[in-house]
Amino acid sequence: MGSLPIRSANFERLNKARRTVTDHFVTGLAILSTIVVLVPLVAILGYLIYKGASSLNFAFFTHIPAPVGEQGGGMSNAIVGSGVVLGLASLLGIPVGIGAGVYLAEYGQGRLLGNIIRFTADVLNGVPSIVMGMAAFALIVAKQQHYSAFAGGVALAIMMVPTITRTTEEMLATVPHAIREAALGLGIPKWRTVLSVSLRTASPGIITGCMLAFARVAGETAPLIFTAFGNEFWSFSLKEPIAALPLEIYKYAISPYDEWHRLAWGGALVLIAMIMVSVTLVRIFANRGVLKGGH
Amino acid sequence: MNEPGSIQLPQTILPERSEATGPVVEVIKPPSIIRSFLQSKSSGKFADGAFQGMMVVCAMSIFFIVLLILSVLVLNSKLSMHTFGWKFFTSSAWDPNVGDFGALPFIWGTVVSSLLAVCLAVPLALCVSIFLLEICPQWLRGPIAFLTEMLAAIPSVIYGLWAIFVLVPIMRDNVGPLLQKYLGWTGFFGGPNFGVGMLTAAVILAIMIFPVISSISRDVMKAVPIHQREAALALGATRWEMIRMSVLRNARIGIVGSVILGLGRALGETMAVTMVIGNHPDISKSLFAPATTLASVIANEFSEATGDLYVSALIEIGLALFIVTIVVNAIARLLVWAVTRGNSARAV
Repeated sequence: MGSLPIRSANFERLNKARRTVTDHFVTGLAILSTIVVLVPLVAILGYLIYKGASSLNFAFFTHIPAPVGEQGGGMSNAIVGSGVVLGLASLLGIPVGIGAGVYLAEYGQGRLLGNIIRFTADVLNGVPSIVMGMAAFALIVAKQQHYSAFAGGVALAIMMVPTITRTTEEMLATVPHAIREAALGLGIPKWRTVLSVSLRTASPGIITGCMLAFARVAGETAPLIFTAFGNEFWSFSLKEPIAALPLEIYKYAISPYDEWHRLAWGGALVLIAMIMVSVTLVRIFANRGVLKGGH
Repeated sequence: MNEPGSIQLPQTILPERSEATGPVVEVIKPPSIIRSFLQSKSSGKFADGAFQGMMVVCAMSIFFIVLLILSVLVLNSKLSMHTFGWKFFTSSAWDPNVGDFGALPFIWGTVVSSLLAVCLAVPLALCVSIFLLEICPQWLRGPIAFLTEMLAAIPSVIYGLWAIFVLVPIMRDNVGPLLQKYLGWTGFFGGPNFGVGMLTAAVILAIMIFPVISSISRDVMKAVPIHQREAALALGATRWEMIRMSVLRNARIGIVGSVILGLGRALGETMAVTMVIGNHPDISKSLFAPATTLASVIANEFSEATGDLYVSALIEIGLALFIVTIVVNAIARLLVWAVTRGNSARAV
């Protein structure tokens, strides 16, 4: 510490005042920036609800888009199309993601392969979605010579995998070892233990993880531009181009027509409502803790 | 494990399931020939192996996805690589009609917009993290954290929609003239101000990467041991001095990691940027000028690209984006891991 310099009382008082002022200043700054950050959120949500609610009507959910210049029309085909593409993505992405998470938590702990996979998953999480779309284009669309809902589903599935893998691993890591050991001690094979004990115990957490991944890809536009491509009409086939909600919002937002802008706002409200509901559910379930799913 | 009675009990009750563990088998005194045959070829062992194999395949598939994306991009961009070589990244020509391609304007647009966004978002994000962890009353903490996470859940295309109809007019009519008046002398705010352009893109990017930086830097700050804080306070530090000396100082590596993670997100962000940046491949000093980024040129032109060279050039841009974001993310992850030791840090 060395020797303390002798200071006048006046200096001490000024120093104290300076420190207090700095402290208050920083506190104020932190509060101010929190408010500044919450402003755009409230602005976006508020404006979205205001514009979106005035655009929504019954026809929005039952009609396909009207041609340019005509009033009315809806986005029913895009809502269904989003469902098809997201359903396919979940079908492909969720099993692989959970499987990889199980490997990381139950088999790969402390192994080199486990660490490599974990790191790859984290890195894959950060790859721009447009690159996924490009890869799906080169792999599927270019080979088949036409845009398809299938290619869009694959692109989204790839995006879901790393998120699901990491949440599954985290959730399995919270399952107490004693439960696994009890099952193994009763002579139950490891695979049954993993399926009926570990996975079952962690299931609420894993389901919320899947919903989180679902919510994330539900709003993705970039990977769909040159895979699912969009469609003005009804389509249920995986081999055909298909409309998707985010894709149509993008197309209508950059168009010059007021009527299409209206559709874009309505679509945005429907999309955000879908996502917010799942994120809120995730929040509720996550707070209830992991161990309540075992019954 | 060492009490024979407790282990033999399930053996007698469930003889057909006794293949579970090694030590169990040792305890059984005379395993009959039939029994050992059943144990060695038991369905359980087979199923165990098959199940583990399936899980390994799932896990390896993540690794293969990355390899597959990389190889597909490399293969499809070969033509452009051969035609232009490294000059591709230093040339600013972009003329699909002549077949002359260079990526410099896009690299410029990506780098400038992302760095600007990081500069705007980092101070705010750190202030909010500090507020939530150290200042905020307990009852307010949950709702605010929830709201900032909501920001992360809004899709890119909706940010873009909002930006087109709300942010662009504000930038054009209010913020732009102000900047021109007071900071016009720097030369960064010259030229006509359309509302769409580099600055607007940077603002919307900043809003979008804020939740990433904020939530991960919060995780990192939370990992600082409470004793560090108590020690500083016990020495008579004010709250800010405590935050500066114990929290920020100990968490600095992880905070840098979270910033780089935000940067990685900004580099690859496509839709919102495409909708407000103006999409003009020019390198301009003015931040009001329309520009374009690596991701937005792909989004704009890829589905309409004709000719092998054009497509190949765009795929090479995608490849560059892929490699840059992977490197940036890898660095960021390593930094965050160094602080939280692989525990809770998770991308939003």
